[in-house]
This record gives sequence, structure tokens and C-alpha cells, in this order.
Amino acid sequence: MEHLGTPELLLLANGIKWTVLLTLIGFAGGGVGGLLVALARASHIGWLKVAAAGFIEIFRGTPLLLQLFVVYYGLSVLGFSLSALTSVAICMTLNASAFLGEIWRGAIQALPQGQTEAARALGIHYRSRMLDIVLPQAMKLSLPATVGFLVQLLKGTSLASIVGFAELMRTGAIVSNATFNPLLVYSIVAVVYFVMCWPLSLYGRRMEKRLAGAPVAG
Amino acid sequence: MTYQFDFSVISDNAWALFIGCLQTLQLTAVAMVGALALAVLLSMGLRSRHTALHLPIVAFVEVVRNTPFLVQIFILFFGLPVIGVRLSPAVAAALALTLNGAAYATEIIRGGLESIAKGQTEAGLALGLRPIQVFRHVVLKPALRAIYPSLVSQFIFLMLTSSIVSSISANELTHVAAVLEGRTFRSFEIYFVVAGLYLVMSALLSAIFALTYRVYFAYPTAR
Repeated sequence: MEHLGTPELLLLANGIKWTVLLTLIGFAGGGVGGLLVALARASHIGWLKVAAAGFIEIFRGTPLLLQLFVVYYGLSVLGFSLSALTSVAICMTLNASAFLGEIWRGAIQALPQGQTEAARALGIHYRSRMLDIVLPQAMKLSLPATVGFLVQLLKGTSLASIVGFAELMRTGAIVSNATFNPLLVYSIVAVVYFVMCWPLSLYGRRMEKRLAGAPVAG
Repeated sequence: MTYQFDFSVISDNAWALFIGCLQTLQLTAVAMVGALALAVLLSMGLRSRHTALHLPIVAFVEVVRNTPFLVQIFILFFGLPVIGVRLSPAVAAALALTLNGAAYATEIIRGGLESIAKGQTEAGLALGLRPIQVFRHVVLKPALRAIYPSLVSQFIFLMLTSSIVSSISANELTHVAAVLEGRTFRSFEIYFVVAGLYLVMSALLSAIFALTYRVYFAYPTAR
């Protein structure tokens, strides 16, 4: 059994960096995409609603692993020769857009209808109605679920290792193969994921408890 | 040079893909039943007066929920042989999915059990039911009814998660796809269609669960 030394730990640290970056890219991209999907899904334009619902269904009804494969091979079929990072980032963004879109759609529609009606009666336009009235409340309402999805996204980036992208899981596999101690190495990897995810989970749960006590203004 | 799509690989191997779907559904069913049983036990443990049980159960639930499934199955399949425990891919896959599903289901069921008012239990006991009867008929069934939607989406998610066991070459749909890909190099065609098959299976499970709800949980509850 080989020794687990500094080079191996540095490799793992580099993996952690890419896991965090990939999560941030997915969350930022998914934040923008999810907002568009949520607005489309909650809108009153028939075809837009259907398109958003279809998008959500496809990404929530198929495994993330298959989504990675389809995007990874699909882009090359279309003639783009993209790095593993780019295709994984695109896939994570699309996936996060669908999940966050559904979470935020639920929050938008959970707000009392009277708020929108009152805003319309006052002649406030769609843009201001959404930005100043509906979305701030909906975002607050959906914070626990959003944080919950962030944990899911972080864990999901581990699948990028299967298409060969060197994030934490992949570097873990490399180190494991080099040191012949999979139990130790994968346990370390698990601990690192846990240390990243658990505080987020706790934060989400605290938000949930706090919101459960706070009524939404009718 | 443009890519020529060739979906003949699908029709040529339709039977193998169908078997793969059945294997995925079978694996999911085994894991679902195991997860549900284990989760009911664990959430009973969380309510028991033996407080020594609480910490290990909470730790199990938190660790499983806050680490990726891929790491969990690698520890079971590649890690455990280091200490002399060798599992076949099929067993490791079923075990990993069961434990993973149980952790999520425990959290959901715990919430459901908490939502049943204490007065219900007291009323049941006052009527002379034994504690286990109270738990089963007065607490568990209404709790499961209340959390049924979350439990169902968790189980569908479990079916999607089962695709990850292909990474240890356990037999299921994604593994069938990977084998076909290795033979034909029609990566995009195969994975595109297989993703569609998962979508169909998700819809199928939703429909089955909706039917189960109507049969087993619908009011009035004469039983």
C-alpha cells in the first residue's frame, strides 16, 4: 500500500477547487436560466408555459448522468469540439435551470393572487410588478428549497468524473488507483463533500423553520 | 463533414434495451421496498425513548444525504474489499440504493409522523389499542398519506439515481447503453434514446404511484 503524501493531497485539493467552481457556474447559470423558466412557466402565454413545462419535465424526468452524456456527445455531433469543462458546465446550467425554475415557479404561484391583482389595479407594469413585488417575496419563500437544490447540485458535479472531468471525485479515483487504498481515499472524498454540503443543509433547515413561523402577507 | 445520424443501433438492439429497462425497474423496486421498510424502522427509532438510538440514526441520515451517491457506491464496491468485504456489483448496487433511499425516506417519514397530533395516539390508547396497533393504524398510515407526494418524487428520483450504478458495471439500463456504445460508437444516438426511456419510466412510475394512492390511501378508509 502506497503512502498518501503531499502530492496526492494537492491533487485532491485541485479537485475540490473544480468541484466548487463547477457548482458555482451551475448555480449562477441556473439562477439566470431558472428565473426565465419560472417566469415563463408562471406566465399567461400558452406556448411559453407549455415550452417551460416541457423543459422542466425533461430535465427532472431523466438522470443527470444521461443528460451529461447527451450534452457531451451531442455537442460534438453538432460539430462543436468543446472541452469536458464546457460541456459539463452547459449541462449543469440546463439542469439547474429546470430544477430552480420549478422551485421558483412554485413560490411565485404560492403568493396570494391578491398581491398581483392589487398591483395591476394600481397600474403597475409587469416588470415592476415582478421585480418589486412578486419576486422578492417568492425568493424569500423558496430559500430553503433553493439551498436544498444547491446541495443536490454540488453532489451532482461528482458525475462529471464519469465523462472524465477532473473534479474532486475524479481526482479521488486517480489517487485511489495510485495508492491502492480506495477505502481511505474515498472516505476522505466523502468527508470533503460532507463538510461542503452539511453546513448548507443546516442553513436551509434553519431558514425553513424560520419561514414556517412567518406568515405571508395576504 | 457533417455527422450522419444512424439510429439503426437502437432497432437492432431493442430487445437488450428493453431488458435493461426491466433490470432498472427491478433494481428500483427492490431498493424502494428495502428503503421504505428501513426508513419506517429508523423513524420509529428516532421516536423511541431509547435516546442512545437517536444519534447513530441522525448521523446515518445526515451523512448519506450530504455526500454524492457515486462516492457511496465506490466506498461500498471498491472500499469495502480493503477490509475483506467483497460485494458483487448487483449486491453493492441494491445495497447502496436501499441505504440512500432509506436516508431520504427517513427524513420525509419523520416529518410526517411529527405532523400527527399527539391526541390521536392518546385516543387510540384510550380505546384499548396496543401501542403497535396505534402506531400502525393511527399514526403511520395517516402520516404516509400526508407525505405520499414527497415520498413518490423521492422514489422516482431513486430510479433516476440507479443509472449511476452503471459505474460499477451493475446490470441496468445505463450499463446496457454503455456496452452498446463500446461496440458501436454510436454514443449520441444511444444515450439520447436511453434518456428518453428513463423519461418514459418516470411517467410510468408516476402513474403507478397515483393508482396505488387511489387504491390504498383514498378516503373513506374502511379497514
